[in-house]
Amino acid sequence: MQKVNRLQPFFENLVFEREDNRMIVNFGPQHPSSHGQLRLVLELDGELVTKATPDVGYLHRGMEKMAENMIYNEFLPTTDRMDYIASTSNNYGFALAVEKLIDLDVPRRAKVIRMLLLELSRITSHLFWIACHALDVGAMTVFLYAFREREYAMDLFEEYCGARLTHSAIRIGGVPLDLPKGWLNSLTEFINKIPAAIETYEGLLDQNRIWKMRLEDVGVISPEMAQSWGCSGPMLRGSGIAWDIRKEEPYELYDEVEFDVPVTDRCDCYGRYKLHMQEMRESLKILKQLIPMYKETKPELMADAPRYISAPKEQIMTQNYSLMQHFVLVTQGMRPPVGEVYVVTESPKGELGFYINSQGDPYPYRLKLRAPSFWHTSILQDLLPGQYLADVVTMIGNANIVFGEIDR
Amino acid sequence: MRAYQDKKNVQAKAYYNDRFYVSPQIPKEEVSSDEIFAKDVKDLESAFSVKEAYIQRGQLVVYINADDNLKVMEFLRDKLQYNFLSELSAIDWLAKSGEFEIFYQMLSTSKRKRMRVKFFIKEKEEIKSVTSVYKSADWAEREMYDMFGVRITGHHYMKRILMPDDWHDHPLRKTYPLIGDEEAQWYEIDKIFGKEYRDIIGPEERDSARIVEKDTHRFARVKHEVPFGAEYSDEETQTEYQEEGGIPIVRKLKKSDVKILKERP
Amino acid sequence: MAQHKINYLSEGGLPVALTTVDKLVQWGRSNSLWPLTYGLACCAIEMMATGASRYDFDRFGTIFRASPRQSDVLIIAGTLTKKHSPFMRRLYDQMSEPKWVISMGSCANTGGMFNTYATVQGADRIIPVDIYLPGCAPRPESLQYALMLLQKKVRTESASRKLKPKRLV
Repeated sequence: MQKVNRLQPFFENLVFEREDNRMIVNFGPQHPSSHGQLRLVLELDGELVTKATPDVGYLHRGMEKMAENMIYNEFLPTTDRMDYIASTSNNYGFALAVEKLIDLDVPRRAKVIRMLLLELSRITSHLFWIACHALDVGAMTVFLYAFREREYAMDLFEEYCGARLTHSAIRIGGVPLDLPKGWLNSLTEFINKIPAAIETYEGLLDQNRIWKMRLEDVGVISPEMAQSWGCSGPMLRGSGIAWDIRKEEPYELYDEVEFDVPVTDRCDCYGRYKLHMQEMRESLKILKQLIPMYKETKPELMADAPRYISAPKEQIMTQNYSLMQHFVLVTQGMRPPVGEVYVVTESPKGELGFYINSQGDPYPYRLKLRAPSFWHTSILQDLLPGQYLADVVTMIGNANIVFGEIDR
Repeated sequence: MRAYQDKKNVQAKAYYNDRFYVSPQIPKEEVSSDEIFAKDVKDLESAFSVKEAYIQRGQLVVYINADDNLKVMEFLRDKLQYNFLSELSAIDWLAKSGEFEIFYQMLSTSKRKRMRVKFFIKEKEEIKSVTSVYKSADWAEREMYDMFGVRITGHHYMKRILMPDDWHDHPLRKTYPLIGDEEAQWYEIDKIFGKEYRDIIGPEERDSARIVEKDTHRFARVKHEVPFGAEYSDEETQTEYQEEGGIPIVRKLKKSDVKILKERP
Repeated sequence: MAQHKINYLSEGGLPVALTTVDKLVQWGRSNSLWPLTYGLACCAIEMMATGASRYDFDRFGTIFRASPRQSDVLIIAGTLTKKHSPFMRRLYDQMSEPKWVISMGSCANTGGMFNTYATVQGADRIIPVDIYLPGCAPRPESLQYALMLLQKKVRTESASRKLKPKRLV
């Protein structure tokens, strides 16, 4: 065929076989089990990885730059696209950071709804994780089963906010909508359905010889290593360090609900797999406790702070001053006080932090997104050497990385 | 006359500012209001020069000298039990004072406290890498270099991380426009087809909502399709593949034959 | 085994169908469009959901392949960034003719909400696109509809169409 473009053979600068019998293998950026656009350049000695160089940035979309050019409310939907498997947790992280910045308290019902959505998205994320991880390792059945259950959670989201994947269901200052009629019943149904499903996955995987052989003693992260590389979430708890931000620095109503933080000191992939399964059960426990809590709350959904948050629709339509203020907030945006905050939440992947530096303008002067997956990917360069090539996929899958979050 | 544009900061700005509006400040509390932080700052002051220290929204903020960064990090990890470096980045103050502000966000799991170590450096100044203390700084420093052009010494692999290696300029600087400079806008065309194709392909369409019905290069209308680049036409096009009346052996599905189940069996 | 009873007398006579080679070939092609597993961002999750239990893409004869050499359709599922763009062109070149492209989601269509320095403003700047699928992210149903539209498009094409490049090259 004719020459269509001027792309050179990609590896002109890479030597595939070297004198010391080492081989260089390129993995990605488009590989079915790289969970997005991860590129790994692996140096192999036989089947043993001797050096790994992860390369990211293939999904860098300039979110931090966008934040500097957008008013706060405008940026909120963009956070959906960070960790797109559990987008509510990002929305929430950002909303909480801005609320901390302007020192705002959210009505109790909004808090309950937020927690419902957060825990639901944690379950969705973990279901997705087990589906993809099992698929990578070779268990196709679990993929199909887990996606079936995930669709039920998606239905709940859809019923609440209309979107399946990118919810934007949390606003700065509360939530825009109350739960629809019958939603809690659907949720109860869902809660009753999931434990059996988790048992099915565990039944398929726990004692499965292939699963055990491929996960046990693979990807061992020692506690020192996990601390030094800034791991968080299940990656940290899988190394025996009990640190869950929901417990240690409680936000919303996490100090009012009872749940355990599963920790394991196995440090390997199998331990982290058990951890994820256990975390889903804990989330279900939280969801169960939230249902009666919701029924006791008053119907307010948005915080009352006319300086920053638009008044309820009814008030806007009937009162002149509210309408004016709404107009200003929509066209110019809120002007938070001068200062900086760093607010963390426990997203399904780990510590999700938003650093906001505000100079009193409607636009943040600097917004830094601390995404857990970024740090969990960087550990690969330390983790992979000494492991076998076939285990690389296990470790990438096990780290639960999402590229929208890594590259931002 | 053209409107004045600040070349040093091309980011979006509020189009209207009240002349008499004074933004409120987030209060800075005294360090002595928190026991643990007070002790931390005292320990730090005994070894290094601390320029300023205060508590904001429950987190300690400490300003140090730029040269001390590596030693302070070591001190924080070994003596003060700040075992996590959870974030590290820069803030661009070049337009205001020609400086970058670097911050290190620390976490101590044993004390359950978070603190922020900060310092200022000049634009071309180099800072020491802290990867020997916290390995998590590895990629964060690369990102900082990539996004701001802050130079770091002592890092084992100082390369761009998020942008391609042949990228021009550092995107998060305030002088860099949101939609990119000229190199950025033509990057993929130059790389894949060559510069001479710029004219053929044309500039980027930055208005993502723009639809030109009659542009058959970019848009197609369902059921009115024309070949690529052909004249726009309103004529209906045949999209079914079957013969008129169907292929004899294939029976067409009729709506009336469909049975709809109310529940899953 | 299927146990249909075909009544040859009422269903149009003998089991013989007359058609052109074009139609037969394209009918076959359209019913076995194998896409490349090319997930870029959020839309890839919806693409996976389309292939998974509830939406079941296999009904359309659509089986995801990991190698561009084995696939007919490139579904650009997600944001295409400038850093990634050479790789997409390369994958497109590696696919064998005939090949089609579905651009899934706003980001691949026009850059979408990411109107920034790092995103390609529309995948059609780099490769020719057959179907543009709007949405952010499009639902699995709409991806299936896009594939059905593509099937229709394939069926109307001539089987022996020249390997004429569609654009740019």
